[in-house]
Amino acid sequence: MTAPSPTPPSLPAAGPRSNADLFRTFTRLALQGFGGVLAVAQRELVDYRRWLTREQFVEMLAISQVLPGPNIVNLSLMLGDRYFGLRGAASALAGLLAVPLVIVLALATLYAEFASVPVVAGALRGMGAVAAGLVIATAVKLFSTLRNNRMGPVLGTGFAALTFLLIAWLRWPLAWVVVGLGAVAVAVAWQKEAR
Amino acid sequence: MTTPQVALTAAELLGLFAHFLVLSLLAVGGAITTAPDMHRYIVGEHHWITDAQFTTSIAIAQAAPGPNVLFVAVLGWNVAGPLGALATMTGILLPSTALSISAWRWGTARRETRGVRAFTTGLTPLTIGLLCATGWILAEPYVGEPSHRLGAIVLIAVSVAVMVWTRLSPMWLVGLGALLGALGWA
Repeated sequence: MTAPSPTPPSLPAAGPRSNADLFRTFTRLALQGFGGVLAVAQRELVDYRRWLTREQFVEMLAISQVLPGPNIVNLSLMLGDRYFGLRGAASALAGLLAVPLVIVLALATLYAEFASVPVVAGALRGMGAVAAGLVIATAVKLFSTLRNNRMGPVLGTGFAALTFLLIAWLRWPLAWVVVGLGAVAVAVAWQKEAR
Repeated sequence: MTTPQVALTAAELLGLFAHFLVLSLLAVGGAITTAPDMHRYIVGEHHWITDAQFTTSIAIAQAAPGPNVLFVAVLGWNVAGPLGALATMTGILLPSTALSISAWRWGTARRETRGVRAFTTGLTPLTIGLLCATGWILAEPYVGEPSHRLGAIVLIAVSVAVMVWTRLSPMWLVGLGALLGALGWA
């Protein structure tokens, strides 16, 4: 693969040629993504194919993050919808999920067969610990964004810490926390946005 | 670890589906943030799979290529086979997909309004708190097992450090974890 040339920020991006093109592209990037697809998506969609500028990608990602559902799934839906409406959204989503789904279920079945082999169980245990580390690392990286949160770093950290305590320690149902504490947080943010 | 797969009744399958429908709408910041609640429902409340099976389901999905949300399909698969995977996967995707497309069309038109901005600002800290909680719950079974505690803690710490301070692909870490685990060190 040639090194992607830097994309000028405001250059209008090229687009997918067809729904099949969307499907293939999302299958391709999904199959490269181990432990998360977002980084690959950025490289493929922005640097390599130029379907989106960096600014458009960041903006879509921000919206994806606040909407329910996996970020990359939301991103694929938005990109597909932008070019080919609902059919485009469906093509991109199917590309993202179909082949990886078959692979992961095949792996799960294989694992059930070989679970009693100590080496396999050990390998999975090691991968599981890494998986935990990857999630913690994502949280650590995102923590710095609280500094720029318009609620201010103190309130932001407070809400994050309270969410952690309620879920991880007290094991409250998620619905209560997101709806209850979420409403309070959005109300506080609403007040701050006035200034 | 054997797999004592429980045969779910139609009503239980429907309940599983319904639970994931609700979780779908709560999954702000990715499906992984709802993992603690899936754990509470599947392992804690119904005992359909064990704690270790829950964690390995996520590990398998992380080890395979593709979006992390596929761990939801593996969970369903381990609970009730193909029907289970269908129930959890369509459950987790259907509502959020419908909502995302509508909200995307609606929200892009009103990006700079006070309401949309307040929504984003308010929910970001919760997303981060949820990610921390998920990491904690995923790490617990490894850290809680005395025989492998040290290896697990080192592996988790190394993963965090590498992800935060370097641009190395997580693939290498997953490989390292598999190798150390296979050797019995983690």
